[in-house]
This record gives sequence, C-alpha cells and structure tokens, in this order.
Amino acid sequence: MKIISGQEVRHIAKLAELDFSEEELSKITSQLDDILEHVAIITRADTSGAEPTSHTLKISNVFREDKVRQSLAKEDALKNAPERCGDGFLVPKID
Amino acid sequence: MSSEKNNLKNSSYTDSSYETIIGLETHVELATNTKMFCGCALSFGAEPNSKTCPVCLGMPGTLPVINKRAVEFAVKIAIALHCKINSYSIFHRKNYFYPDMPKNYQISQYDYPLGSSGYLDVNMGDYTRRIGITRVHMEEDTGKLIHTGSSGRISESDSSIVDFNRAGTPLIEIVTEPDIKSPAEAKEYLVALRTLLLYLDVSDCSMEQGSLRCDANISIKKAGSQGMGVKTEIKNLNSFRFLQRGLEYEEQRQAALIENGEKVMQQTRHYDHITDSTKALRSKEEAHDYRYFPDPDLVPVFMDDDMVEGIKSSIPELPSAKIERYKSGFGLPEADSRFLASDKNTAAYFESCAALCKKDRLKSVSNWIIGDFTALLNKASISISSAKIKPSGLCSLIDMIESGKISIRSAKSVFEEMFNSGKEPQEIVKGKDMEQISDGSVLEKIIDDVINKNPSVVEQYKSGKEKAIGFLIGQVMAATKGKANPALVNEILIKRLKLNP
Repeated sequence: MKIISGQEVRHIAKLAELDFSEEELSKITSQLDDILEHVAIITRADTSGAEPTSHTLKISNVFREDKVRQSLAKEDALKNAPERCGDGFLVPKID
Repeated sequence: MSSEKNNLKNSSYTDSSYETIIGLETHVELATNTKMFCGCALSFGAEPNSKTCPVCLGMPGTLPVINKRAVEFAVKIAIALHCKINSYSIFHRKNYFYPDMPKNYQISQYDYPLGSSGYLDVNMGDYTRRIGITRVHMEEDTGKLIHTGSSGRISESDSSIVDFNRAGTPLIEIVTEPDIKSPAEAKEYLVALRTLLLYLDVSDCSMEQGSLRCDANISIKKAGSQGMGVKTEIKNLNSFRFLQRGLEYEEQRQAALIENGEKVMQQTRHYDHITDSTKALRSKEEAHDYRYFPDPDLVPVFMDDDMVEGIKSSIPELPSAKIERYKSGFGLPEADSRFLASDKNTAAYFESCAALCKKDRLKSVSNWIIGDFTALLNKASISISSAKIKPSGLCSLIDMIESGKISIRSAKSVFEEMFNSGKEPQEIVKGKDMEQISDGSVLEKIIDDVINKNPSVVEQYKSGKEKAIGFLIGQVMAATKGKANPALVNEILIKRLKLNP
C-alpha cells in the first residue's frame, strides 16, 4: 500500500525549504509511508456514532486573565540564537 | 515598468465600461495588556526581543492559553459588525516556513471562526453601500523582520534580523464579501471600520504603526458581463490614501491588459507609493498550501448566550445610532450629525455641550465644533479631548452671542483666545473691552454722527439705492471697533434715515 507518493514528499520538502537528493527522497518516502501505514490502523475504528472533535479532552473555554507576566530577559531569549545581530536573531533571508 | 506606464495612458477604463469588484482583508492588533496566548506585555517600540517567553518563542513543551480579554474584544467587534457569533469555535495551525514565527506555524482560525455573516453600512454621500462581512476571526500576529544586505556575518548572502516582540500579539482578521464596487468605496469602508473599532476601544488603529493593516483583492470585468474577472491581491496599502490609489492604479492596469488582448494573471502585487504603482511579487506557486489542522494545544471556545449578552452590554452607542439620535433627537442636519459622530472624542465633547445648553443652541455648538474648533485643533495637531476649551466654556460663549453680549466677529477672536489660554469667555471679554454695545441710546448718538458725516451716501439711500446702508453700517462698526450689535445698528439706522427729511 502506498499512502504517500514521492511527488508529495518533494512538495512538502519544498514547503519546508529542504533539499534532498533523489536517493534520500526515495528512502524518506518509503520510511514516511511505513509510519503513515502504521498510524492508519486507527482508521479501522468504527467512528460512525462519534462527533468530530478537535481535542482529546472534554474541556473547553480555558482562558487566562489579561495580566502581564515577566518576560524572559533579552539575553536569555537570545541565548539559543544560532547567530545574532545586535538584539535580533540573525537568520538567512527567505524569499 | 515604463511600458506598463505607457499602456496606462491608452487604457480605456472608465466608470461605465468596466465593473470593479473588491474584497478587503483587514488585520487589527488588539490593545490588550498581554499577548494572545502568553503573559508577555504588548509594547510597541520596546527593545527588540525583550518581550518574549518560552510560549511565544515556540519552545518545546510549552502550552498556549487564550487571553480572555482578547476573546471579549473579538466578540465585541463581531457583534458591532452584525455577525453571527458562532457558539463553537476552534483554533487551527496555519503552517508555513518563514522566520517571522518561531513555531513555523501561526495559530489562527479556519473553518470555525468566531463570527460570520455580518455587514457594515458605508455612507458614500449620495448612497449607502452595505458591505458583507464574511468572517471575523482570532489569530496571533507574527514577529518583525528587518532585511539586511550583506552583513558580513553570513558571508555573501542577504539575511534577516528577527524581533519576536510582536509575535503572539492578539490579531483580528476581518474579511469582506466581494461587495465593494470602487476604490473610493474601499477607502470609505476602511474609514468606517476604523471609526467603529475606535468606538469599541479595542485597538489604537494606528496605520503608521501597523496596528491596522489592509490587503485587497480586486478584479474588473466588462460592464454587464457574467462571472468575475481574474483577481489580483494587493499588499502594502497602509493608509487610506494608498488603499484608494493602489486600487485605482490596479483598475487601470487590468483594463490596459484587457484592452491589449492580454490576460490578467492571478498574482500578489505590492503597492509602492513612491512610484504610485503595483509590482508583482515573486510568485510562490505552492505558497498557499498552509496545511491547516486543529491546534491540539488549545481547547474549543464555546460562546453561550449569556456570555454574548454580557459582552454586548459593554458596547457603547455606535456611530450609526448616534447619527440617528443627533438628527431626530437634536434636530441636527445629516452632515453635522455625521461629522460629530465620526470621531468618538468629538461626539463625547458635543454630548457634554448638549447636556449643558438649550436644545435650540445645539446647531451653534455644532457649527463651532465643525468650523473654528476643528480648524484650530488641526492647526495645533491635538485631539478635542485634550483641548483647553471645556464644553462649559463653549456653551457660555454661545450664550453671550445669543444674548447679544458680544458680536459673532469678536466671538471668533474670543474663541481663539479660549483655545490658546483655556480662560473663560467672560474673563476674556472683560479684560479686552469687547462687550457688544446693545444700548440703543449709545448707538443712536454714534449713528447720528455717521449720518451727519456722510450726506451723499444718505442721499443715495433715500433715492432708492438701499445697498448704500451697508456702507453706513460699516462706518458705525468701525466707530465702535466692531462692538456694536449689528442687528440693532441696522434697525436704528433705518428708523433714523426714515425720520430725517
């Protein structure tokens, strides 16, 4: 069974700005297909009587008050920046 | 570009040969204290990356929690736009690869928005256009990117600097139906929407600072033809003027293409106000594949009638209702009513005056606000709410005019001094010897003197040239330094001229 095609994987890779060789692509496609096939077992469950849901828990309306909480110190926020320029994260330009 | 410009000269777009269809998408940053899903403070212009936390930086293992006030603001907006408030709404992830969001997705709403199927009536002077509102939904704003040239840090390649302070700011998207028929209507829609949002007190709506932003979809077709033309999306329409100009340019550009037998391409174009034209952005064929799915981190929002009613009761009287009340309750003309209601602070000022003075003086109040007051406010670039003239001062001034204490002419200079100093009009008039002369016996003496000094003008009047009286009135006004009550002068003069043989 083929759930995902090489073409689809190429499309998603492009959306994510990822470059793969043909060899990598075929390996990833087959691995992704295995994963999807495994997860697809869930579709065998009979859901004819179940309401569609967007969340696993039966809770709703979880809100917070509009109260300010301490933000991270600027230096901490920038700690994981691969590169920084002044107080900003420096990233390659994406067109 | 130059050939495009030349084409425009030959374009035969006129109001009657083509029909234009426009739909607008407006983004509004809410003026809450904190972000949509975390407690970071909103503060425009703060030091870059000083208002972030693990949630808005998209760190693994963090959970977003919905800002209650942001939901209330969103419901207010949806109600004011006559939308149906959907009892069930959920958040989706809009996936895209761009460094302005650290999560690689934006939390937004998709097929279950908060509000839908509303409208906004837009006054166009001689007609009203009802513009359908497709949806009002909640989402989060993105971070800000500054694109740099070769920085030296990443050799040879251009790069971007990211500031995540704005990432996560509560954002409302308001989408119209394709009901807008001209660039002028598009502009008036945005003006009316902004006024409404300011009344609701949910956003500062600053177009310069980007808290109110607008994109447009526009297509044209030959008048009377079926279906719709190919549309383009225009971005960077960040002022009322640019919105109208950008769309006017696009009408002309599309018409020129059609006239030349070429096709309008479906594309996104960027408006450049310096060249006053639109330019196609590099096309991203797969860019609109956002792969929306429900955000598993967020639970659904259920809006019951009690919650909606509670929020509804916090909505103040809106411009359309005010206009009606000013017309029917205060007897003001349509144009006055629209002007006064077009700004929340102006309306509040006018209503303070209305509480202080007699109903038959409200037209005078309106005249002062629309005329001299607005002119001085504009000149000083301040809002009416911070003006030194208080409603009680304006009402006293009008009382003094109506009771004949000062002339309209001196009232204008008194008003200007009130505007500059904040003094009460009585105080200014006393200090300046401006009180109008309405004492008949005083005026009679001056009038007799003028009559004696100008026998030839008196002769002209008597021989039937009634306009000559204007000169005599002028002389009386000059003799009294403008303080004589003009109506009284007119009355006495006629009486005296008839008496004199």
